[in-house]
Amino acid sequence: MHALANPARFLKIARPLTPILTLGGAGLATVGAWAGLTQTPADYLQGDSVRILYVHVPAAWLGMGGWMGLAIACLTQIVWRHPLAGIAARAIAVPGMVFAGLCLATGSIWGRPTWGTWWEWDGRMTSMLVLFFLYAGFIALARASDGQDGAAEGGGISRVTAIFGLVGAVNVPIINRSVVWWNSLHQGPSITLRGSSIAPEILWPLALTALGFTLLFAGIVLMRMRAILAGAKVEARMRRMAAA
Amino acid sequence: MKAKHQRLVLALVAVGAMSGSALLAMSALGDRAAYFQAPSDVARTGIEPGRAIRLGGMVDRGSISRGGDGVSIRFTVSDGGGRVPVRFTGITPDLFREGSGMVAEGRFGSDGVFVADTILAKHDERYMPPGMNTDVTSGSASPGTTTVAR
Repeated sequence: MHALANPARFLKIARPLTPILTLGGAGLATVGAWAGLTQTPADYLQGDSVRILYVHVPAAWLGMGGWMGLAIACLTQIVWRHPLAGIAARAIAVPGMVFAGLCLATGSIWGRPTWGTWWEWDGRMTSMLVLFFLYAGFIALARASDGQDGAAEGGGISRVTAIFGLVGAVNVPIINRSVVWWNSLHQGPSITLRGSSIAPEILWPLALTALGFTLLFAGIVLMRMRAILAGAKVEARMRRMAAA
Repeated sequence: MKAKHQRLVLALVAVGAMSGSALLAMSALGDRAAYFQAPSDVARTGIEPGRAIRLGGMVDRGSISRGGDGVSIRFTVSDGGGRVPVRFTGITPDLFREGSGMVAEGRFGSDGVFVADTILAKHDERYMPPGMNTDVTSGSASPGTTTVAR
């Protein structure tokens, strides 16, 4: 962890890792999506519309997991002030928001043929929408407070942004528990510690797409971190040139 | 204590306090955050006629009867703790069927029949190929009886 906190060392590892994660993830997700569309049986009740779960479920996991990663990065930023932690938080926010949005969009498309509605304000949907807005708020706050209290120099985030990222994490367990605590239109959890209520024939491509999208997410985060570091370097050089 | 240890302790205490307060808030919210009320909730709280609510539960097997106009239906909804008759005129979702979950928006009439304006289908968390359906319905895990009433 400490070894990686050095930007130069991080870049040395991140450079070869980025294409591996991105291409490997995209490949796995493509194979999983193909398998989910052609190689699995339709659901007994929902028919072919069940196949959207191979995108919807990984998108939901990554939307929530992304914020957990972001919150850990924010905690690291607050406590240890590692130069890379704030950059990592900022890099996670955009793909996290994209996946949360993808979850909402695919859920809406799935809800119409099964439940008979595009959108209802039940606990699961509302709390997921809040997560989407939290991402938007984090991105806006990080940009608005650029260059404040030192930490934001070099592409990091300000302290208030880090605190926002940490506080926002309380929403993630609420999303997870929303279908257990309250009556909701969304069904209960299919995959729990006790096993899965998705038949194995239908389940297996989900492992491919979940892993694939996760690797892709990690690849995008590394890409964005490298871009932020490069941008900060350019800015620092411009400033030096302007001063000279 | 070094400054960063102080920050760590402070941050962890803050996270603990936030999680605790969020948990308290959510438990205080309780049933008011529920998307629908089950027949047993209705039986317990006694909802006056004319008040708009959402009613959710399992459509009883063999209870759907269709009216002569082709779009009016009557059925009963239960959750193990109560049973409510429902009347609806309109088009139901494809997944609306006997032995499956549903959520209806509407109000109770003075005769105790729930008059629905819209009906949504609610499915459970199980996904399986068509062939397995019979195994499960005849087995011990009767479909849908576990999920809706929670």
